Amino acid sequence: MPTDTDATAWRLTTSQPDPSTMEIAFSGRWCLDQQLPTPDDLASGLSGDISRLTFTTDLTAWDSAFLAYLSVMIKFCAGRGIEVEQEALPEGVRHLLAMAAAVPEQKIAGRGREHRGFLYRAGIASVEFFRGAPEMLRFLGEIIFSFGHLLTGRIHLRWRDLWWEVEEVGPRALLIVSVISFLVGLILAYLGADQLRMVGAQIFIADLVAIGMVREIGALMTGIIIAGRTGSAFAAKLGTMQVNEEIDAFKTLGISPIDFLVLPRIIALMLMVPLLTLYSGFVGMLAGLLISTTIFDIGLFEYYNETISALELKHFAVGLIKGSVYGAMVAYSGCLRGMQCGRSAEAVGEAATSAVVTSILLITISASILTILFYQLGI
Amino acid sequence: MEGAVPIEVRNLTMAYGEYVVQHDISFTVNRGEIFVIMGGNGCGKSTLMRSLIGLQRPAKGTVLYDGEDFWNVDETEHQRLKRRLGVMFQGGAMWSSLTLAENVALPLGEYTGLSSHLIDEIVSFKLALVGLAGFEDFYPAELSGGMRKRAGLARAMALDPDILIIDEPSSGLDPLTARHLDELILELRQNFGTTIVVISHELASILSICDDSVFLDAQTRTMIPTGNPKQALQSGDPRVRHFLTRGEA
Repeated sequence: MPTDTDATAWRLTTSQPDPSTMEIAFSGRWCLDQQLPTPDDLASGLSGDISRLTFTTDLTAWDSAFLAYLSVMIKFCAGRGIEVEQEALPEGVRHLLAMAAAVPEQKIAGRGREHRGFLYRAGIASVEFFRGAPEMLRFLGEIIFSFGHLLTGRIHLRWRDLWWEVEEVGPRALLIVSVISFLVGLILAYLGADQLRMVGAQIFIADLVAIGMVREIGALMTGIIIAGRTGSAFAAKLGTMQVNEEIDAFKTLGISPIDFLVLPRIIALMLMVPLLTLYSGFVGMLAGLLISTTIFDIGLFEYYNETISALELKHFAVGLIKGSVYGAMVAYSGCLRGMQCGRSAEAVGEAATSAVVTSILLITISASILTILFYQLGI
Repeated sequence: MEGAVPIEVRNLTMAYGEYVVQHDISFTVNRGEIFVIMGGNGCGKSTLMRSLIGLQRPAKGTVLYDGEDFWNVDETEHQRLKRRLGVMFQGGAMWSSLTLAENVALPLGEYTGLSSHLIDEIVSFKLALVGLAGFEDFYPAELSGGMRKRAGLARAMALDPDILIIDEPSSGLDPLTARHLDELILELRQNFGTTIVVISHELASILSICDDSVFLDAQTRTMIPTGNPKQALQSGDPRVRHFLTRGEA
């Protein structure tokens, strides 16, 4: 067996005083800061006629590494029916081994480090997704009920909470909405100018930017910005409240967390996202104006008049409806994932990520449905 | 530094801005001693612990480990001293994205050259010592508060530290588990010579494990040297006796 000549190093020797007994002699230093042997080699030697294991020790120091080594040996022997005599081990070692063995190991079915294949994991993910659908519908139903209670006066909205949420999701999002909308308006103007210049119709940049921003892109960009900024914040905040059992505390007091926590958030976003959409459209048009007048030689009043003639009330109505729906989608996703959150820091992170993904998915789906619907209605 | 006391707290004042939590805290902890810091809620026990483990710089004074000034050494030395400490936080503070086994294995993997197989065995052994054998693959969120706390102790013990600092080991545990933990603390001291600082207000635990102690008084915002709590019960400061007898003395 391995031996080291250094006096401070570990040493290990084995012998067989009789055919049925193996004796292991430990000496030197058996500590965590050393390169200790793995117990497997020694354990594999305990086969054949060996029915008894004994130890001798002449240790200068030992710690958990020695205990772990012995623990492996003892477990191996227990599995093979080999009797282990621990009397020769230091008293402290025997005490700690006994303490470790005092509480029997829990055998929990289905737990293990088994790694499953891609198809298995994909299957499980699909099943989980469809299992989640009824829960999403239930949550939607609870929100609708809660709205019903609010409209019939059975619950009272906490105005202070609502205004706090309104301020949080509206005015504080203005800067990021301004920057993104300006850049999108700028891109749209360049993109349009490139094509329209070929037919000498550069003036129609104004129509493209105005209708595009007010009707579609303003709402879409605002929805995506709010999904990343506010939807994830809703999920993280409600998720943290789950971790701290604050939501359980509401339930045990008979207070609906939907009424108290979810409703103000949904109302706040449904109010503020349409306004942010209008603002986004305005900033986008400003960017178009700036580019058209400075790069493409279109007059200021010419651009203004073209914009006014292009825009109709229905474009604003479509933008506002879309903004309101996207706001509701973001609030729904953020609150849903927050309320579904597990009870760990990891789960809060997952809830925030999932809220953004769900928001963007729902925004995209609802954008498609609304576009088809408005087209069919001729709006 | 051989021969120096493992822990010396010297004229420590802890404060949050202008608000002084405790002032003029001084005590020494001898090698292999179980030292208890006790006191009522909000008296500054956890703040003192944060200063002991390097999370909060004291407003005044310092902490010396084996004669080395913990708060006034260079960063490398500060980190080296930190690695000598094993810390169990009140709620366990287990990393939620890692299983219990991964939590305990992390310091072993970082700071030892042991094979992964032996690390796994040490992890299983440590978890078995705190009564969590078989829970290696569980995530902290799947465990009760008491189990997380015990897992936190297993992680604190991972590197067999010279000094173990334990925040409220028994609170929230059932009496049998609390007693098992007390026995484990005594075994660690006896077999590894570990110096153990326990922050606690659990009387049964204090009386069964403590060698020496201080009491942090919330009224005067300073410490009262208490010595062995069993003796303090008989002849100690009236405020300490009032605390130890749950207001009956």
